[in-house]
Amino acid sequence: MSIEIQHINKQFGDFTALSDVSVTIPSGELVALLGPSGCGKTTLLRIIAGLETADNGRILFNGEDTTASHVRERRVGFVFQHYALFRHMTVFDNVAFGLNVRPKSTRPSKGEIREKVMKLLSLVQLDAMAGRYPSQLSGGQRQRIALARALAVEPQVLLLDEPFGALDAQVRAELRRWLRRLHDEIHVTSVFVTHDQEEALEVSDRIVVMNKGRIEQAGTPDQVYEHPANPFVINFLGNVNLFHGRLSQQDAEQHGPVEDAVSYVRSHDIEIDRKQQDSTSLRAEITNIQKLGPTVRVTLAIAGNSKCVEAELTRDLFQNLGLQSGEAVFVRPRQVRVFVEDYQI
Amino acid sequence: MQFFKRHNNVLPGFGPTLGFTVFYLSLIVLIPLSALVFRTMGLTWGEFLATVTAPRVMASYKVTFGAAIIAAVINAVFGVLVAWVLVRYRFPGRRFIDALVDLPFALPTAVAGITLATIYSPNGWVGRYLEPLGIKVAFTPLGIVLAMTFIGLPFVVRTVQPVVEEIEVELEEAATCLGANRWQTLKLVIFPMLLPSILTGFALSFARAVGEYGSLIFIAGNMPMVSEITPLLIITKLEQFDYQGATAIACVMLLASFSMLLIINLLQKWSRRYAE
Repeated sequence: MSIEIQHINKQFGDFTALSDVSVTIPSGELVALLGPSGCGKTTLLRIIAGLETADNGRILFNGEDTTASHVRERRVGFVFQHYALFRHMTVFDNVAFGLNVRPKSTRPSKGEIREKVMKLLSLVQLDAMAGRYPSQLSGGQRQRIALARALAVEPQVLLLDEPFGALDAQVRAELRRWLRRLHDEIHVTSVFVTHDQEEALEVSDRIVVMNKGRIEQAGTPDQVYEHPANPFVINFLGNVNLFHGRLSQQDAEQHGPVEDAVSYVRSHDIEIDRKQQDSTSLRAEITNIQKLGPTVRVTLAIAGNSKCVEAELTRDLFQNLGLQSGEAVFVRPRQVRVFVEDYQI
Repeated sequence: MQFFKRHNNVLPGFGPTLGFTVFYLSLIVLIPLSALVFRTMGLTWGEFLATVTAPRVMASYKVTFGAAIIAAVINAVFGVLVAWVLVRYRFPGRRFIDALVDLPFALPTAVAGITLATIYSPNGWVGRYLEPLGIKVAFTPLGIVLAMTFIGLPFVVRTVQPVVEEIEVELEEAATCLGANRWQTLKLVIFPMLLPSILTGFALSFARAVGEYGSLIFIAGNMPMVSEITPLLIITKLEQFDYQGATAIACVMLLASFSMLLIINLLQKWSRRYAE
């Protein structure tokens, strides 16, 4: 079931939540809506679900206009950040809810419901918990039950609103890998909202980067990471250093006659060396060293530049170089992306 | 052997605080109530039974407990409605109405009784329109129900209100996404969550109504066998210096109220079985 989002606008009072958003979500893919908080990603998700109505624009499911249809008729599975489980019902009754509320004519028999619920519970690996209440489960387990409950009604699309947002780091990492595997198994078109770039890069087939109610870039994780469309995207996906400067003759041909330009270099694309390699090497002094598990973050002050630069090295490389704080070294950007200055960050 | 295991707690002095609590409760609640029972012991079992099962007394139980249950049911229904409207909707005058709910708490009950009796009497503001329809409110059991409803309303509203505030909109959205209509969402999701607080409000409202005296004597009409409430009967006995008779009836009321509250508490516990 593909989803087409066409020219959606949404205004909350004076605040523009979404302005002219158009994007197509291909059938069977797992798509991440990525952006900082307040960028409109949750609003877009709620509009797809029908929980919110757009001021104008259309939402098509498989080419069919659903803009006017009620949430109940859209057959969407929605997973909330804080689970929204019915706490007075057992896990079993929570998952069975969507089947039990069907009108008599289309409701499966008690036996069929039981069979289906137990199948879903084993899919989310919680079949032993059927008789428990949500308050007796951990956060990760609750979110899996919420997912099973959403899947019970055989939704055309699955929408997840920051599904791992309320969980601690380890459970979150575990659960998103599990979600990826689950999606490979059931292939229902899924959209999930996240502000965590790592999560988006790891889990999704396609990333839609949003900012201030607009879509900045949409593409596969590789496209978005390797070929960011603009400074916002490169800035949002990973740590990045800025170098202000003028365009060389060669770059100016590419970008037109603009004077100011900003180069963006990712932290892990900065090489540190004791010798000067070539003309792109810059003299710098190490001001701070932070060890972050497998990587080491080195902060450097570039000679003749007030701004600091951060470089990320692997622990191995760091130990081979034997860098010390206060040492004078040379830095060389391995890969540079240049954007002309029309964009304030 | 130590009777109480020592726990390290931020609040100091488990011993003194427990001691004070027991002492305080004894002084305020337990000693007066036991005095009631001791006084009644002056009667023989036969006398006791004869006093508490006299036809006039039996009729008064029926009026008091019957009217209290009806009033508590009315409050449980409309109190929930009021709480819901106050929490879920924004309208001009909401804060004023919110404050109005507490009025029956604060108003002297005699004032309430006289006011209700006046406006519902056959020539009162409201009563004169009910009279031609054959509905008599003041000086009948209906008046008792009315006054009991009035004094019990805040109990339901104030116990249900915070629970309505706590219900996340997400739960309703989740139910809708799963295909439930408004009625199913109300019946299967919202009502079960409100039930424990409705039961608490019901119990409080009921207990208050059973014990009410001040407002009722003005509106009840106090006709023996028809609209005479048990507390009034107790006062009558006291005025006749029949102290033992008065305490005997009081004991029965105490027992009845206590067992009803106990049953409601058990019901409430059952309705909250999911909360660990």
